[in-house]
Amino acid sequence: MAMHPCTRVMLGLSCLLVALWLVAPTLVVVPMSFNGNKSLAFPPVGFSWQWYENFVSNPEWSTSFFNSLKVALIVAVLATVLGTLAAFGLDRMKARTAGLLRMLLLTPMVVPGVVLAIGIYAVYLDTQLVGTLTGFVLAHTILALPFVLIAVQASLEVFDKRLETAAASLGAGRLATFRTVTLPLIAPGILSGLLFAFATSFDEIIVSLFITNPYLKTLPVQIFSSITRDADPTVAAVGTILLCATTILIGGGLFLMGRERRGNL
Amino acid sequence: MNPNSPTRGAAIDLQNVSKAYGSFRALDGVSLHVEPGEFMTLLGPSGSGKTTTLNVVAGFTEVSSGALQVGGRSVVGVPAHKRNIGVVFQHYALFPHMTVGKNVAYPLSLRGVSKAERERRVAQALDMVKMRDFAHRYPSELSGGQQQRVAFARAIVFDPPLLLMDEPLGALDKKLREWLQLEIKRIHRELGTTFVYVTHDQEEALVLSDRIAVFNKGRIEQVGTGRELYDEPKTLFVGRFIGDSTVLRGQARSDGTSTALDVAGQTVTVPRRLDGSDTPVVLLRPEKLAIRRPGQMADTHNRLSGTIAEAIYLGSGSKYEVRLRDGSSAIVRSGLSEEGFRIDDPVELCFAGQDAKLLADDKSADATLT
Ligand SMILES: Nc1ncnc2c1ncn2[C@@H]1O[C@H](COP(=O)(O)OP(=O)(O)OP(=O)(O)O)[C@@H](O)[C@H]1O
Ligand SMILES: [Mg+2]
Repeated sequence: MAMHPCTRVMLGLSCLLVALWLVAPTLVVVPMSFNGNKSLAFPPVGFSWQWYENFVSNPEWSTSFFNSLKVALIVAVLATVLGTLAAFGLDRMKARTAGLLRMLLLTPMVVPGVVLAIGIYAVYLDTQLVGTLTGFVLAHTILALPFVLIAVQASLEVFDKRLETAAASLGAGRLATFRTVTLPLIAPGILSGLLFAFATSFDEIIVSLFITNPYLKTLPVQIFSSITRDADPTVAAVGTILLCATTILIGGGLFLMGRERRGNL
Repeated sequence: MNPNSPTRGAAIDLQNVSKAYGSFRALDGVSLHVEPGEFMTLLGPSGSGKTTTLNVVAGFTEVSSGALQVGGRSVVGVPAHKRNIGVVFQHYALFPHMTVGKNVAYPLSLRGVSKAERERRVAQALDMVKMRDFAHRYPSELSGGQQQRVAFARAIVFDPPLLLMDEPLGALDKKLREWLQLEIKRIHRELGTTFVYVTHDQEEALVLSDRIAVFNKGRIEQVGTGRELYDEPKTLFVGRFIGDSTVLRGQARSDGTSTALDVAGQTVTVPRRLDGSDTPVVLLRPEKLAIRRPGQMADTHNRLSGTIAEAIYLGSGSKYEVRLRDGSSAIVRSGLSEEGFRIDDPVELCFAGQDAKLLADDKSADATLT
């Protein structure tokens, strides 16, 4: 059906507006990161790389970056292993029990972050986990696990289990079947789960604010404290770097998931 | 794979095998012996337990009770991957992430066969199914028939003494199916492996098999060659499942050696009698029945009158469905030279008593077959 040209223009304009509204606040950090002055005012004045230099040379910033990287990597691996195992377990369970357990495992996604943070903080005070690597890893894994579970379950759903029977008939034991048939076919799901888990941990702020201390700060915590203390444009530089990194990561994850769906058709 | 080797298939022995799912018995005391190198077909209607039997032999399903031997050794409790039995599935089950060549090489890699030897045997197996040129393709780039041929190559490449096939041609069109049936027969001859083949298509069973086991409701009704099952069915179910047949029911009287049946006022006599108290019915094959216009009847004992309900031209002759007086229908075939009939023509059917089979009535056969 042909659209009236006027309608078409209006539609295009409103789409553009919504798109702008969604991404503009994010994109504002990019020009701000090249600000010539030490100010977070928009639009920025002048041009300089100094805030990127500051991010690399100032130990406060680089340490927190490496803390985040360390935590996120461990969380990604841990959540992926646990989430994948959980997905397999649920897949082989009676539907009703599996549904209940699944809901339980997904609660960290729906429970308000602050509530979870308070709970974790209370527990950590008692067990002296505040400001420790273990503390961060455990807390972030709780938050990342649902993403892995969802991604792996989605790929298990389209995985044809009869292939496992076929592999057995050809002489493959359970482990060999898993390694040579199941794993390669659900790998895209696992990989996208891994990426989501990493991203979840890397930019987690709410829980991190509660369980941080001066000895262990993650990057989002450092950004937050820096911005509340003074208007340091290094924040914008970090923001820009993170923006690029997460775009690549999440984009990669979505690409893998899409490819898997097509591959199984 | 050595085509010149003598018979090297494994025998199969099922003794009183049962498989229960809850209170439902998918297999109810199945006993079956398959000779080494034999082509055995499991034939039966949907849900009769064919796949379950195959799964039990393959090791995908554990038996609830009974004994199961393959190649003279009990395999009860042996997991599927240690049984060394080839299986071809209706749904092909090729690994989508491996090329045709990798798929066929898979069972050899698992057995630690060296690379050179692996390549040689993969090529040989693909040659056998005429798929050598497709070794580098992925399964998604093949047609259904081609995929099934690859699956077939994968199932025989490791030289299993026994090959199980569960309706491997079920998803293919008739022409392709008929061609692949001949291919399967040829490969069976060349390999000497024992083949067990599941189908619910009786024509396919007749084309392929040395012997056929007819399944019904989790039991085996009869085992025999196609000819035996056609000529000497032991039960009404087998008689009706294999080939066309006419069943006559009516009030029966038996004396010492013969049985007379009153079919809607006309009496037919069969020189046989049933032992026991079962209700006798008469089963007739189409070629044992002659069809004539009323009054032209030759001097045979048994006559039945009716009208033509359906006339089908077959090329080599005609097939008629005749509505008998009691409402039941009879199937008759007539040769090319014989006179043709039209729908609603009154006719008479006649047959010699010794050509009729006298069987015990089994009303449930009607239900299963329709
Ligand atoms: N896992 C199971 N749980 C419960 N019942 C089952 C199970 N597998 C099979 N059955 C039942 O066992 C019976 C025999 O099934 P089977 O698959 O052997 O039939 P089949 O002869 O192969 O039929 P078809 O020609 O339709 O493939 C069926 O009634 C089926 O519903
Ligand atoms: Mg079946």
